[in-house]
Amino acid sequence: MNTLTKVGLLLVALSTAACTNPNRFGGAGDAGAGAGANAGIDQSALGGANDPSSPQYFSQTIGDRVLFQVDQSTLTPEGRATLDGQARWLQTNTDYLAVIEGHADEQGTREYNLALGVRRANAVREYLIAQGVPAGRLRTVSYGKERPIAVCSEESCYAQNRRAVTIISIGQVS
Amino acid sequence: MRYPMGRHLVATLLTLLALALVPQGAVQAQSGPLRITITDGVVEPLPVAIPTFQAETPGSEQMAAQITQLVADDLTGTGLFRRIPSSSFISQVSSFTQPVAYPDWRAINAQGLITGAVAVNGNQVTVKFRLYDVFSGQELGSGQQLVGTTDAWRRIGHKVADQVYSRITGEGGYFDSRVVFVSETGPKDNRLKRLGIMDYDGANVQYLTDSASIVLAPRFSPTGDRVLYTTYESGFPRINVLDVASVGRQQITTAPGEMAFSPRFSRDGQSVIYSLANGGNTDIWRTQLGTGQHQRLTSAPSIETAPSLSPDGSQIVFESDRSGTQQLYIMPASGGEPRRISFGEGRYGSPVWSPRGDLIAFTKQNAGRFHIGVMRTDGSEERLLTGSFLDEGPTWSPNGRVLMFTRETQGAEGAPALYSVDVSGRNLTRVTTPGAASDPSWGPLQQ
Repeated sequence: MNTLTKVGLLLVALSTAACTNPNRFGGAGDAGAGAGANAGIDQSALGGANDPSSPQYFSQTIGDRVLFQVDQSTLTPEGRATLDGQARWLQTNTDYLAVIEGHADEQGTREYNLALGVRRANAVREYLIAQGVPAGRLRTVSYGKERPIAVCSEESCYAQNRRAVTIISIGQVS
Repeated sequence: MRYPMGRHLVATLLTLLALALVPQGAVQAQSGPLRITITDGVVEPLPVAIPTFQAETPGSEQMAAQITQLVADDLTGTGLFRRIPSSSFISQVSSFTQPVAYPDWRAINAQGLITGAVAVNGNQVTVKFRLYDVFSGQELGSGQQLVGTTDAWRRIGHKVADQVYSRITGEGGYFDSRVVFVSETGPKDNRLKRLGIMDYDGANVQYLTDSASIVLAPRFSPTGDRVLYTTYESGFPRINVLDVASVGRQQITTAPGEMAFSPRFSRDGQSVIYSLANGGNTDIWRTQLGTGQHQRLTSAPSIETAPSLSPDGSQIVFESDRSGTQQLYIMPASGGEPRRISFGEGRYGSPVWSPRGDLIAFTKQNAGRFHIGVMRTDGSEERLLTGSFLDEGPTWSPNGRVLMFTRETQGAEGAPALYSVDVSGRNLTRVTTPGAASDPSWGPLQQ
């Protein structure tokens, strides 16, 4: 029976499944700004964390992330202070572009958290633009609840996961 | 009572070149008490006898045993049937054609009797079966013969079970169907995800993508030939369409936007409704796949996402936080003023319109727990079917009787798994998958 042999054909077809490994944007964000977030950035050419023009200085000294309250995308005073520093750094180091990642904790449905991450990333982007960073250097991406950095199911972890992370890279924003 | 042949199965039977083994005329007039009316009340499983199907060719004993077991598993897995152990049989079936000794089956309180025969010839397997209403002493429906390749034996068994289910319940079956889902591996803070496809019962898992980038929420097309899903392979959420047979995939050209996600096919498979994010705001759009024509369906500063079309294609149910919290709304399929349908405590998301059109399944978040629930399309008669730390993302069985969803456990070692539950709230069952799995989408009955 032809209709039933489709099953067999599919098994064959699947063995040729696409194995492309598309490059992620800038190579960053693989773990949502976790430990490996700066992979792909040439650290030796740019200096270490003590060099104020280095991405390490940006992420470690200025702070690459801001946190949000439950279900909120409003920037906190602490968050705005961090973003003031980010804006100054971006205005000084004009070779760099930024992708702002919006994240949510696991307490929410997948689609809603994606949309919430959109809001959070955009809140950061708008703030940086208002501080004078050219809009063309800033992109946003939402990961929703897909990339937690803290894995417990308690508020102490959720608070770290409700975040927007500014990832610095050299290159063109397409 | 008319012989309750499910409409959904008619096409299936035609493609199988079903072979009527009883005289014409006896079928349509058939009536009898062997009938389960699926209601929301507690149902005592119907006792059925399923003697191991007869092996009609040398060497087909194992295949006969496998198919019999699969038919029994399908039926008992619904919670509607109970298989009577063969040790209590009085009458042994030694031939598919022998007359049924009804008194012997009545004596052990078998209400239904399924007999079958299996013949393997090379790589071809032929399965015949009959269903008997023991207490009225008649065959229910006509005997059928199904032929396929031996590697498709599970599908043949599922089709037998679908026909039995359909004849007894009067509703379409759902066993010969497949589910696409997201297979998950790795730690919670670096999860790898790839698309998988499997039979409804978790058998025959195949992977459709690699795990190089995040994939989310696959959705079957109405005919099961394609799958929409959200992918990060460009670095940003975009919607791909994947051809199931060839595994070829391509990004669909959505309306211009920063991110696109939460896609679903229209009922004709010709257009896609989805969420598009721009400037921090998420709204619902529709794109015609053929013409590339885009239509904006919502224009609000709030979050509008998770759209799902009614079976007749005239309306869309979606979630929005325009009231301040996530709630469910229905609007015309072309856009327009939405009306809110969810008014209970808590937050409502990921609505899915049932294939029957009568119910909307959803995820509800309330008091620190998640539930899968259903309500009528006017929001009345809300019922919560499940509850746990995290239940979400329901998908309907093809006949609208069962929901499959994601249940994720708590904590650092927490992981998602697939579960199914009857729309009555009974028969909560974990679906076997090779590892962690999420975001099921239940496809149609296969042809």
